[in-house]
Amino acid sequence: MSLRDWPIKQKLTAMLLLISGLVLLLTSAAFVTYQVVAFRQTTLKNLATLGRVIAANSTASLAFANQADAREILSALKAEPHVVAAALYDKDGRLFSRYPADLPRDSLSAAPARDGYRFEQGHVIGVEAVAEVGSTRLGTLYLRSDMKAVSRTLWLSAGIAAGVMAISLLAAYLLAAVLQGWISQPILTLAETATAISTRQDYSVRAPKLGEDELGTLTDAFNQMLDRIGDQNRALKASEEELRRYAGELEQRVAERTHELEERNEALRRNAAELAASNTELDAFAYSVSHDLRAPLRSIDGFSQVLLEDYAARLDEAGRDSLQRVRAATQRMGTLIDDLLKLARVTRAEMRTEAVDLSGMAQDIAAELQRTTPARQVEFAIAPGLGARGDPRLLRVALDNLLRNSWKYTAKQAQPRIEFASIQVNGTRAFMVRDNGAGFDMKYADKLFGVFQRLHSASEFEGTGVGLATVRRIITRHGGRTWAEGAVGQGATFYFTL
Amino acid sequence: MNPGKILLVEDNPDDVALTIRALKSHNITNDVIVAQDGVQALDYLFGPDGGPGAEELPAVILLDLKLPKVNGMQVLQRIRAAERTRLLPVVILTSSDEERDVIEGYSLGANSYVRKPVDFVEFTEAARQLGLYWLLMNRAPPTPRKL
Repeated sequence: MSLRDWPIKQKLTAMLLLISGLVLLLTSAAFVTYQVVAFRQTTLKNLATLGRVIAANSTASLAFANQADAREILSALKAEPHVVAAALYDKDGRLFSRYPADLPRDSLSAAPARDGYRFEQGHVIGVEAVAEVGSTRLGTLYLRSDMKAVSRTLWLSAGIAAGVMAISLLAAYLLAAVLQGWISQPILTLAETATAISTRQDYSVRAPKLGEDELGTLTDAFNQMLDRIGDQNRALKASEEELRRYAGELEQRVAERTHELEERNEALRRNAAELAASNTELDAFAYSVSHDLRAPLRSIDGFSQVLLEDYAARLDEAGRDSLQRVRAATQRMGTLIDDLLKLARVTRAEMRTEAVDLSGMAQDIAAELQRTTPARQVEFAIAPGLGARGDPRLLRVALDNLLRNSWKYTAKQAQPRIEFASIQVNGTRAFMVRDNGAGFDMKYADKLFGVFQRLHSASEFEGTGVGLATVRRIITRHGGRTWAEGAVGQGATFYFTL
Repeated sequence: MNPGKILLVEDNPDDVALTIRALKSHNITNDVIVAQDGVQALDYLFGPDGGPGAEELPAVILLDLKLPKVNGMQVLQRIRAAERTRLLPVVILTSSDEERDVIEGYSLGANSYVRKPVDFVEFTEAARQLGLYWLLMNRAPPTPRKL
């Protein structure tokens, strides 16, 4: 495990131990050094004192060259066990006496070294001049002391230092173990709280505050952050909930709408099928009407005419009149059937959309009307250049019906006028056919376009009431609209859009 | 007057009577042979059951469309398919002027299509003109003698 990954407790403990260990080490080193230095100086001073005493005592033996005396004096050194060797040299530098007596000569230098006390080759060396007070030099004293005392002192101090260090470190460790808690405990608590939150997703947990220091501030900040996260979480959950509700509603609405659409589609399919069926039926019906309904009429009319021709002499005026009425009715019925068939044809006919010149068409129809009834003088005002897209044949039927309608209802007008133009109605272009004919009561405007709906009697104006129904059917098939405006005696205007 | 015969294919006896009257009233005295349905018409032209047909083909055929058994269109088809009758003038004379009938009639080779008017006066006029045109004015194709 890398140092970086140590738990904070261990880091703190180690840090404290390291610091106190270093301090102790330096202190101990200073202590031991001081001990050793002080002891060496004491040793030197003691040896010098000893040297001066012995040198003073040796003056007589050297002045008189009394070796036995000298030996005795030196042997007094037995009291100082650390003095391992001593020697006296006479004034000529020759070895005079030595201690201990059995000391081999070669362990001593042949001539005395220079005066003074010093450390030399692991020993303390002392060289003292032997002289009478205020007189000439009599010889030299040499002392050699071992360093056992020094090293003992060294070891002792080192041992003490080590002991103190060990005890101190132990105390430091124990203290650190206890005191690091001040710092690590809040951090660990925070860490535990954070872990608990992240594992349980419970944002209601709060880290306990253990003091007012920076860690306390951190704990406060952490708790505030949790508050905010909690708030945000709640808000998030609320909006999620709302979103889910919306989604659910939306789904339901989509499902409902889909269902509705399906039902409507189904209905449409049914309608289309029904329509197709009824179209087929209508087709068959119209075909049958076209062939079969007219045949009996032809017989009625034909044999009425036979009666009128062959039996005229046997019929009185009333009889002939009756037969004429039969014929008229038959022919009206024929016209009705034909008009109905036209209406049916308009409904059944296939649509073909192309550009249609309505103005040109209106001109043609007007010319045809004039040609068939040259006696009438009708003023046509047809706006030029009117066109639209649609089925040309159907539009011609529609326009023909409208113009013919106006033609018919202006029959009793002194100065008949028929106009074909286009106007804008609510932004849409509408075409209109306007006349100054009989007009109609707006009360019945809705009835105008119904099949067999007539606002005038047959004696007033002939007609079957199919023409305008045909117009509406055609315009409706083009997706357009038809309406009419008018007033009795003031003409009528018929509008259509495409 | 051209001595050619008229073959009237018509199932409605009233129409038969009225047509003959209309023709006669304008002095069209040619023989009118009446077939009351498609089968009779074909029998007359080609002979029943594959037997021999009429010695002499009619100058014109007035053909109704809605007929029992074999309808007018089928009769027309047979007429145009047979070598002997393929040039025979055929006038469709019927109640309807349904567009699909008109188109089909001409497609199958009808020479004319006339709708019977309800008004008998008009009807008589139509018959007169038909007789005049097809029996008098029109140059009929050479009718091959029966083999």
